[in-house]
Amino acid sequence: MNQRPITEDDLHAYVDQALEPERRAEVASYLDDHPDVAARVAAFATQREHLRGALASIADEPLPAELNLSRIIERRKPPQRAWWAVAAMLLLGIGGLGGWTMRSVLQEGSNGLSALAQEAAYSYGVYAPDRVRPVEIRASESAELTQWVSNRLKQPVKVPDLSVSGYRLMGGRLVATSHGPAAMFMYDDDHGDRLVVLTRPMSNRNLDTPMMPQSTGDVAGFVWADGGMGYTLVGQLPGETLKPIANEIRKQARPI
Amino acid sequence: MKDMLVQVEPLIPALRRYARALMRERAAADDLVQDCLERAVSRWHQRRDGSVRAWLFTILHNLAVTQFRQATARGRHMPIDDAGERELVSAAEQEHRLIYQDVLGKLAKLPEEQRAVLLLVAVEDLSYADAAVVLNIPIGTVMSRLSRARERLQQEMDGVAAGNVVALRSVK
Repeated sequence: MNQRPITEDDLHAYVDQALEPERRAEVASYLDDHPDVAARVAAFATQREHLRGALASIADEPLPAELNLSRIIERRKPPQRAWWAVAAMLLLGIGGLGGWTMRSVLQEGSNGLSALAQEAAYSYGVYAPDRVRPVEIRASESAELTQWVSNRLKQPVKVPDLSVSGYRLMGGRLVATSHGPAAMFMYDDDHGDRLVVLTRPMSNRNLDTPMMPQSTGDVAGFVWADGGMGYTLVGQLPGETLKPIANEIRKQARPI
Repeated sequence: MKDMLVQVEPLIPALRRYARALMRERAAADDLVQDCLERAVSRWHQRRDGSVRAWLFTILHNLAVTQFRQATARGRHMPIDDAGERELVSAAEQEHRLIYQDVLGKLAKLPEEQRAVLLLVAVEDLSYADAAVVLNIPIGTVMSRLSRARERLQQEMDGVAAGNVVALRSVK
């Protein structure tokens, strides 16, 4: 039999059980004839077993929460995608459990702003198309509106004046969110285009964030927080049209 | 991301084990694995074909090496004889405890590059080719480091001086 010589690499591959059966048999037969080499190989195999045994229990430990891969993946999801999900849910009318799951996804990342943006999207979807009673308290009673929402939000709330941007206040209402009451104000212009502003206290009462654009399909929006109050503006207009309006709201609504 | 979850999640226990054996400290090791997973999530679509296992171990190993370099630069030394083993074997079977403590203590005396190759091959069951990918070295270097690691560990175990071993010539 014309056998390839047994090499040092073969001995290690023998220990690591990485040889083809045929080669393994050749090495085994070599070791039978060379007890000194066999002793060394046996020692390596013992090392291997001891190392594996000593470290095995680590792999059996329950994973700590910070190594939960689903969480890591969720945390990295860009808010944009969450908005797609919201839009899809609105279009498909999916509520119930799906909405509940989405809520927790949206609350991860972006300091809860995504959740606020979602709430504004819901309110826009429900009230903006309403031609009969889009608001509960009309603009003519804006003093009463201001007092009512300020009482319920336990925060002084100012109703933004968007007349410089060509939008009139139609009125507003309280809306229910999973974070408590929020104040919704609705505006329209001469073309009948409607905008919704939604504001409520954030769970982090010191939260200040830059303005974040959020858009999907023909609904666009901006969301931000100032002094722990969250604000969002949504409408069916391009982002570049909404941006100066959002800036105007931010300027006016700075904490009193 | 669904395929990522399916392919990566089962490997997390092994990544933890490798990190713990290298870092010898639970918190530091888990931080490293978390870093590794975050990178894996953000780079999932950039990975090339090949073993996901090797890809993950590569990310983890590179993070560990960076840590070691920083620790060295700060002049900090990992205590060799008194730290780590107790924590490492806390759940191991009682009767093997002493043997296990001993082998881990001796493993810790190996140079980092030898320790890494031994752990990847002998504990994590990476093929020699995958170990070469993870360590970014030729496969021949994997074999020679593995050989040196095993000799050195055996000398530690036997308490004998170097040079008194029967080695076969290595064919590349």
